[in-house]
Amino acid sequence: MTIEQQIITILAVVAGTMLTRFLPFLIFPEGRKPPKYITYLGTVLPYAVIALLVVYCLRDAVFTDWHGLPEFLAIAFIVFLHRWRKNTLLSIAGGTVFYMLLVQGVFT
Amino acid sequence: MKMQAFKAALPHTLPIAVGFLFLGVSYGFLMCSLGFSFVYPMLMSLFIFAGSMEFVAAHLLLLPFNPWRALGLALMVNARHLFYGISMLDKYKGLGWKKPYLIFGMCDESFTINCTVKPPADVDSGWFMFFVTLLNQIYWVAGATLGSLLGYIIKFDTTGIDFVMTALFVVMFLGQWDEAKEHRPALVGLGCACLCLLLFGGDSFVLPAMALIVLCFTFDRKRAEQTTKEAA
Repeated sequence: MTIEQQIITILAVVAGTMLTRFLPFLIFPEGRKPPKYITYLGTVLPYAVIALLVVYCLRDAVFTDWHGLPEFLAIAFIVFLHRWRKNTLLSIAGGTVFYMLLVQGVFT
Repeated sequence: MKMQAFKAALPHTLPIAVGFLFLGVSYGFLMCSLGFSFVYPMLMSLFIFAGSMEFVAAHLLLLPFNPWRALGLALMVNARHLFYGISMLDKYKGLGWKKPYLIFGMCDESFTINCTVKPPADVDSGWFMFFVTLLNQIYWVAGATLGSLLGYIIKFDTTGIDFVMTALFVVMFLGQWDEAKEHRPALVGLGCACLCLLLFGGDSFVLPAMALIVLCFTFDRKRAEQTTKEAA
């Protein structure tokens, strides 16, 4: 690829990404009231889409030799930590360190 | 007002700082190993600002020139952002010049924080969300640039550190779960995503999962309306 072609390729990726982010705001600008159906989706989607993100993070792990076992254990550990101390940073850091110990020491 | 919002936003972005610096460094290092100068990861992380898509774009640059494929891939990989937009229509309302930036910088992590974290009552939520988004972008661009410049220096075993992002989403999920009276929306998302992952595999499950989620909510809304009508 020439430099120009590389720039065009990157711009195409930028355009595609930005389209997915801006589209809902362009279709339903502030002045116009979105249909009730969209407002309804706006109230339930946040819950569903974060669940989708969690699964998205695990999409490759499920199909490895361990079938996501270290990930499952680390998530269980996070749930336990979070129920116990209710500290967001502690839960995230604790879960990550626990996972690193698992994949570096146990599930190698 | 700004300082207060910054101070409120900073702690929420710390886990993302860890994740983005390491992921950004590995992205910069990848670009550098593919033979690109540091300008590429720096500008790509600045303008694309969508982690997974930047890894895809790195490989696109090595294939024969085809901008339509690049556009199509970006639309598909990032389709989940459509749901973020619909979820944030109301929260991003009336924020003036900050709004286009908030939408531009709405990566998974910034969306998750802005969608779930309620800033303290004395903090302006517009500035709070602005700083969350800005800090996250700074971490990512800094990580990518540093990685391409000196990624080869980092020697200690970082295997598994990318799990910090999964951990963030899990904790936000738990936070939402505890606050919500109705768990059906979260369960719909979890169920549809798991089902589609098993049916379609890791590379192509997001679009069917999104369609199934919308379908479930559409039926659920009809059912909810029916019950209200019957009650009335």
